[in-house]
Amino acid sequence: MRLATAGSPCSFSRPVVGRVSRIPLPAEGRTDRILLREDIPQDVEDLRGYRGFLTLARMHPNFSLIPTISSIREIDHLRTGDIVAMEPRNGFIRTLYRPDSHHNVIFATERCNSNCLMCSQPPQDRDDAAALTQRNLELINLIDTPPSRLVITGGEPTLLGERLFTIIAALRDRFPETYVHMLTNGRTFAWPAFAEGLAELKHPNLMLGIPLYSDDSTIHDYVVQAKDAFDQTMIGFHQLARRGMRVEIRVVLHAVTIPRLPQLAEYIYRNLTFAEHVALMGLENIGYAPRNMNKLWIDPHDYQDQLESAVEILSTRGMNVSIYNHQLCVLRKSLWKFARKSISDWKNIYIDECEQCGVREHCGGFFKWATKLHSQHIHPLAPVLDQETSPRA
Amino acid sequence: MPRIFHPLEAYSNSAAEYRLLPFRFLRLDNEAELLVNEVGEFVVSPKGTAQALVRKQLIPGSDTYLTLRAKQFITDDSSSPLLDLLATKYRTKHSFIEGFTKLHIFVVTLRCDHSCHYCQVSRQTMDKNTYDMGLDTAEKSVEMMMKSPAQHLTLELQGGEPLLAFDVIRHIVPLAKRRATGLGKALDIVVTTNLANATDDMLYYLRDENIKVSTSLDGPAFIHNANRPRPGNNSYELTIQNIERARKILGVGKVAALMTTTQLSLQHPIEIIDEYVRRGFHSIFLRPISPYGFAVKTKKKTGYQIDDFLKFYRTGLAHIIRINQDGYNLAEVYAKIVLTKIMTPYGTGFVDLQSPAGAGINVLVYNYDGDVYATDEARMLAEMGDQTFRLGNVNTHSHKDIFTGEPFLSLVSASCNQSLSGCSDCAFQLFCGSDPVFNHATQGDMVGHRPPSDFCRRHMQVMKHLFGMISERDPELMRIFFAWIRNSSLREICEGAPS
Repeated sequence: MRLATAGSPCSFSRPVVGRVSRIPLPAEGRTDRILLREDIPQDVEDLRGYRGFLTLARMHPNFSLIPTISSIREIDHLRTGDIVAMEPRNGFIRTLYRPDSHHNVIFATERCNSNCLMCSQPPQDRDDAAALTQRNLELINLIDTPPSRLVITGGEPTLLGERLFTIIAALRDRFPETYVHMLTNGRTFAWPAFAEGLAELKHPNLMLGIPLYSDDSTIHDYVVQAKDAFDQTMIGFHQLARRGMRVEIRVVLHAVTIPRLPQLAEYIYRNLTFAEHVALMGLENIGYAPRNMNKLWIDPHDYQDQLESAVEILSTRGMNVSIYNHQLCVLRKSLWKFARKSISDWKNIYIDECEQCGVREHCGGFFKWATKLHSQHIHPLAPVLDQETSPRA
Repeated sequence: MPRIFHPLEAYSNSAAEYRLLPFRFLRLDNEAELLVNEVGEFVVSPKGTAQALVRKQLIPGSDTYLTLRAKQFITDDSSSPLLDLLATKYRTKHSFIEGFTKLHIFVVTLRCDHSCHYCQVSRQTMDKNTYDMGLDTAEKSVEMMMKSPAQHLTLELQGGEPLLAFDVIRHIVPLAKRRATGLGKALDIVVTTNLANATDDMLYYLRDENIKVSTSLDGPAFIHNANRPRPGNNSYELTIQNIERARKILGVGKVAALMTTTQLSLQHPIEIIDEYVRRGFHSIFLRPISPYGFAVKTKKKTGYQIDDFLKFYRTGLAHIIRINQDGYNLAEVYAKIVLTKIMTPYGTGFVDLQSPAGAGINVLVYNYDGDVYATDEARMLAEMGDQTFRLGNVNTHSHKDIFTGEPFLSLVSASCNQSLSGCSDCAFQLFCGSDPVFNHATQGDMVGHRPPSDFCRRHMQVMKHLFGMISERDPELMRIFFAWIRNSSLREICEGAPS
């Protein structure tokens, strides 16, 4: 599924955020709408009052009454109600929000203070904090029906500082019922004042997903390519827990994290008993991962012992544990009940081998970039009727 | 813009020497030693590890090094900020101290219809006036109990046979509830009774007041009746009938049973355990007899060597584990308490096995005559003429008098195993406790001498045994242990675990 497209921008110099409409609207309903058409209206009045205009057609001359992107390569993915951002600089049209999806994100910043070996979304070192915060606040205002869940991600959202609190306060005020999951490396929360600032917002339904890659500080620091990150994250976890904030631990499984995975499970139980959820996640072959694959690759088939041991340790101790991003045909059957369909809709695929598979409907499938690299042990399975072993929804 | 990635070595402190954090160690057998740190994290490792550790011979980057650093046995420049984490874990492990005295035992009468060999203090008499708690004393005792800073109190009504003084119970219960509610405290009430004199009306009263029953079941008839004589020699039959009746009226979960191990019991661990299963109990506490009261006088009949008890315990525990493997949930309470200390970040406030000792700090006993004792055993000593642990009397002493008086202060000075010789450097220190009352009773000295101590021998041996089982890393056994620790069933644990 496509989340970005591009064309020729004209007649605007600042980014425009609005809701797409494929249907022409009466003048009074146009203020926050972006009209999407395959052609160009004959009457200029047909554009008046819209926030922007998108078209497949070529504009002559390259000038319009309102912010416009023309000659767009692809518009099939854009639907009425989608919230998009129009970029004046390069003519990008980014989909920010799809009302019918459960995988919507608030993209906080492209900056990060870590530089993980397997980062799926490599950070950019430019100051986008003000512009993106502005865009996100506009986005939050434009969402009309409260979403059941939203993810705040980046980059590292906490690098926004006070601006992050502004965004979370806006979500709290506008959608108090919405479950908000923020992906953060947790390091900034080592500063008590920052943890306190977040806690004081009293968002009623906020969970922080924080990665921890090893019980050993050196290995963790190596994975995230940042000295002292382990200590900061651990202190951050405790600063948050002390203030009643809810946390989830996320572990990406690869050749560096697998050898001490059972030890990490025990460490989590001893030191982070308060975590509500532990997600053990398959590697995503995108971003930095391909270029570090010689350090990271281990066939999931070859780490089932460590994975089962970690799940055994956590689950018998009463910790809530899930396995993300794994195909059932490489996951030991004893672990199926921990498998979740975790891959966001827009990047979720199945491959040719899956067509004959009897458990495909229970399986989370692949990231779309897995076509280049995946387990050597992918194979179709016979259908199972046993409810016990079916993955949970 | 392209980023540079650094190798693992760039993040390690191989040049810096590590420093030791507090830990203790112990040889488990010829191959293995146990290392335990200040917050109860442990490693079972090959002989020689402790020596290499303190001589700074560990190889940085080796698995052992990484594990000991992660478990906070050692620290180096890359882990020192996490000392706060150690403090948090220490606080969690000792959180049972919070709130001070939580368990308050009221001896509402000394009278009893039984004449058990091992019983310390009961009197077979119908003289209500001499041996029942007076109502005025009862009220003052409730007031004393409410002075405890604890927000969650437990009131245990005991005797003698407390149901023989039911009028006293009916006076205490509503008063204690009213006072607790007024102070915003939670209150649990338990009555420890042989049930022989329990009428239906009494049981309905207990049900309506949400009072739990703890009764005695020493095993099958030939053991129970031998241990617990009463006129008619029918204690077992009465107990079984009454347990069923009490369960019907109060609910199965409200009726618990405790056993006492006599010399006769020692020969029959399997039969005793099977009796508990037959009666539908899901926990059993294999505990030794205490060296007090009539138990000392009748030592020939009931007394035994602690090694005989340990043999009994090991046989019993193995049988209990088999029973669990066969699908019936049965927890052994002593193992459950110790395993909770060993396997979890939490502590447990079990008054007989904690440091500081439970005496006074977590339990207080109010005798029928108003005397206040540090433990039930302290009361028994007094009945034998030794008043050392009589902390005061509700009629003449305030709560402050009791906790600032000489008897309590000298008791507390011997209450922390962290500072007792023989305990201060013991690897089991954090999982064990101290018992100044026991030391005084058996050795004439509250601090006591560890090598000849039955308390020390018993706990050391059982803990070694449990560590032996843990280090086998048998997943099924671990699931059984965590079912006990989590008050869950093996089936529930298995449903939540890899299948």
